[in-house]
Formats: sequence, structure tokens, C-alpha cells
Amino acid sequence: MISAPRTATDRTKLPYCHESFHNLQELRHSASLANKVFIQRDYTDGTVCKFQTKFPSELDSRIERTLFEDTVKTLNNYYAEAEKIGGQSYLEGCLACLTVYLIFLCIETRYEKVLKKISRYIQEQNEKVYAPRGLLITDPIERGMRVIEISVYEDRGSSGSSSGSSTTSSSGR
Amino acid sequence: MKNREYQQIDPQALATPTPTPPPRPLPEHKTKRARRKWEVFPGKNRFYCDGRIIVARQSGVLPLTLGLILLTSGLFFIFDCPFLVKHLTSCIPAIGGVLFVFVIISLLQTSFTDPGILPRATPEEAADIEKQIDNPAASSSSYRPPPRTKEVVINQQVVKLKYCFTCKIFRPPRTSHCSLCDNCVERFDHHCPWVGNCVGKRNYRFFYTFIVSLSFLTAFIFGCVTTHLALRSQEGNGLVFALQASPASALELVVCFFSVWSILGLSGFHTYLVAANLTTNEDIKGSWSGKSGNEDVGNPYSYNSLIKNCCSVLCGPMPPSLIDRRGFVPSDDSVQTSPVEIELPAAKNDINMVGRAVTSGRPPPPPPPVVTLQQPAISIQSHSTA
Repeated sequence: MISAPRTATDRTKLPYCHESFHNLQELRHSASLANKVFIQRDYTDGTVCKFQTKFPSELDSRIERTLFEDTVKTLNNYYAEAEKIGGQSYLEGCLACLTVYLIFLCIETRYEKVLKKISRYIQEQNEKVYAPRGLLITDPIERGMRVIEISVYEDRGSSGSSSGSSTTSSSGR
Repeated sequence: MKNREYQQIDPQALATPTPTPPPRPLPEHKTKRARRKWEVFPGKNRFYCDGRIIVARQSGVLPLTLGLILLTSGLFFIFDCPFLVKHLTSCIPAIGGVLFVFVIISLLQTSFTDPGILPRATPEEAADIEKQIDNPAASSSSYRPPPRTKEVVINQQVVKLKYCFTCKIFRPPRTSHCSLCDNCVERFDHHCPWVGNCVGKRNYRFFYTFIVSLSFLTAFIFGCVTTHLALRSQEGNGLVFALQASPASALELVVCFFSVWSILGLSGFHTYLVAANLTTNEDIKGSWSGKSGNEDVGNPYSYNSLIKNCCSVLCGPMPPSLIDRRGFVPSDDSVQTSPVEIELPAAKNDINMVGRAVTSGRPPPPPPPVVTLQQPAISIQSHSTA
């Protein structure tokens, strides 16, 4: 309904967004998008949000397997925490039922809080781990929680246009 | 580049104040205002209050549902309650009032909440999936290939995930495409014409509250009206006089009598579904009941505990809306601040590469390569409220 759980927008109102943005903007200026790799969902545990930890071959030369797996596993843990059915979620659910769910308009649900944590985590990972390697992770919520999209950039300085569809035409700026 | 533009524009910004407070004003080719995503939403939904409220395209019989409830309850409070308060107790309007509030609020929530719509795949995603599906040296035919499915094992059950040609994704388990709304909905239960919306993962608990409270309300009104008429006919000279004295009660009686059975039945049915952690869709298709001849099938999503099933369906965490109705569309020209000239060719190349996947007639937001980082910045600038 109206407020319903917030979406991508709220999560982006983070205090350090600007600084990280400027750092990552450097990446923009010196690199061009070569490819996008998609990490799909892992449905073996049912409908809970979980991503496959299988290391994609396209990232073989770009990042260490352990780093990648750590990122995905941490994300999976966050989502598991958000969707955990336990004491707190029961309390939230019962309280919500008693107020005819109007309470969702007023307070931030646990899921939303965890989504904010996830957003911060991804930002931090991008800054520290992925951007230096010419990669960028898109928050899954921006893609409907279907995939983790990893953008692979080619360094324009070095020989670009390896495989992939990266553009080489830049308008000279 | 964008940086240089920004520095140039900054001192000149005084002369031409922009409506949005941008640390990075959008480039010169932004001639129209930024649009919100609900305005370019590809499904058949309608939006109100600038994207805050979402309903299906056909409101179905929602006005009728609302009208009937309001009419019957109104007549009850006006014509029956005074008599009952005088002769019985004043708790009656109180209880009726609480039930009425529950019914109306949960009805509106069911109708206006995003049921769990899955956004359609971006062109790159669609291309990536197509690459995985298509075999090399495949047919050169131009006809649509047979439906694609993917199998996954959940709780020792083999579940088939179907590919949705409209949304260009493999549907997650329990997701179904609603043809009326033209969206894939997670944990799709059914499309309810009475509430004018799909019932899915996000609004199932509202729907359940609605039908349960409605059954209580209907039964309550029915009982009270019967009591009212009975008391009146005892005082007076029979039922006919009682009905003459309070004709509204007759109308309420008729409405309640005919609806109470179906609503009670529906509540009972959904209580069974909740207890078994099933959806109407699965129950009707007999996915887990072995109707299709499969032995040894059971519901892989059930916790095999009544309490746990009920709690997970009704008291589980509230998932977020995935369609971000009030977010802004990253438009072609403005997109993300950064080197626009360089982004566009990249975007175009991407689009060419995935040409086959981009079949939708609607204008999807182009695949902005840098959307991850720019979006936060843009959101800060231009989002007033989520």
C-alpha cells in the first residue's frame, strides 16, 4: 500500500554516499563497461533469498575466488537474517495483525533495516574490493532480487576491446 | 566530462536556478522532468497518488464489494443498533465497529498493495538467460521455441521453473504470471476480482485478515439482526409487523444470509491453505497432491507443523516491494552524471548485442552501465520521498 516497505530509494540516503561516489567516479572516467555477469538465485532451500556461490568463469582473471565467495556468502547471510522466522518476526507479525497492519505505515520493518545494512555492505565492498579490480556490484534489490549483477569494466588506458562488447568510441572528452 | 560540466555550471547556477537541488545538474539535453518508474511500468496496473497506490487495471467488482459492506454495515448501525443497545447491551455497536474497521482497512490494504510483482528483466539479464538457454548450432527457425523449463531440487522434490516469455525470466518457485495484470507475482495465490487485485506474497496476510474479519462481521450482523427481529416480533404482533417496523433489517438479512456461506467457506478454505502452506494456484492445479499421477509428492515448502506453517505465512517478515514505483527512471540523456558521451555508445552496443531480447514495445530504461553508483547520487538529489 502506501508506505509499504521502502524500496531502493530510502536505502540510498546514506551519509557516505558522496565520498564513495567520487572515488568510484574515477572508475567511470578511466574505464568502459565491457560485460555484465549475473549471479543467479539458488532455490535449493526453497523460496528464501539466496544466491549461487559458484564462481563465474568470466571473473576468473579479475578477482580471487575466495573474495567473491565471501561476498556472496555474507549477502546470503544477511538475507537469511532478514527472512528469519523467529521470535522477533512473530512479535512483529502479531503486533501488526492487531493494528490491522497499519503499523507498517509507521515503523521500519526488520527486513527494511537489513536491506539498509546490505546496501551499506555492498557499497563498502565495491569501494574496497571490487572497484580497484575494475568491477562493480549492483544491489540485488535494484534487479528485483533476482540476480547479483556484476559490471566488468575494461581499463581504457590498457588495450581495451578484448572480448566483450565494450565500446571503444569515446567522444574524445 | 561531467566533472568539468559541473564545475562550469556551478557558478552559473545562480542565474538559472534548477527545480531540483542537484549537486550534479543534469546535462543540457534534459528537456522534460524526470519520470517516476510507475509511469513507465510495463504491467497492466494503474497507479494513484503518484505511485503510492497500485491497483489492477480492471477494478473488478471492488466498488461493489465496498458498497455492499458499507451499505449493510451502515444500515446495521443506523437501524438495528439503537434497538439492541436499548434492549441488550451497548457492546454490540462496539464489537460491530471494531469488526467493520478491520474489514474496511484490510480490504483497502489488499486492493492497494503491491502483491509481490517481479520487475521484468533488464535487457542484459534477458540476453544472459537467452545465451544459457540457446544451444549453439541451434535451429535457425524463427518460430517461438517450446516453453523452456529449468529443474531444481527443493527439499528432495523436483520443481520445474518455467520461463516467462513476457517478463523474460525464469520464474522463481511458486511464482506465476497473472494474465489480467500482466505481471509475474511471487507466491501467486489468485487474482481476486472482489478486491480488484492479485493476491500474492505481500498482500496474502491482508487478504486473509479481510475474509476472516468479513466472515465474523457478516455472521455478527446476521445474528444481531435475527435477534432484533425476534425481540421485535415478541414485543409486537409477529414477524410481519417487526419487518414493517424495520424494513432495513430485511435487506441486511438477505445480504448476510446469501454471503455468509460463501465467505465462511472461503475463510475455511484459506485457513486450510495457510495451515498446509499452499497457494490456491497450487491447490487447484494439484501440484503437490499427486493428482498428476506422481507418487511421493508432498509440498516441499511446508514445515510439516501446523503452527509453523501458520506463523510463516501470516506472521513472517514483510518482504519489500520490488518494483520501486516511486523511484525515478534513469532516462537516456541524463542517466548518470558521468561521461554521458561514453555511456551512450556503451549502452547502444549493449542494446545491439541483446537486440533479440529487447522486444518490448514499451520504452524500458536503457541499460545504464553505471547505474549502481549513480543511482545513489541521483536518489539523493531528486528523491523527495520514497
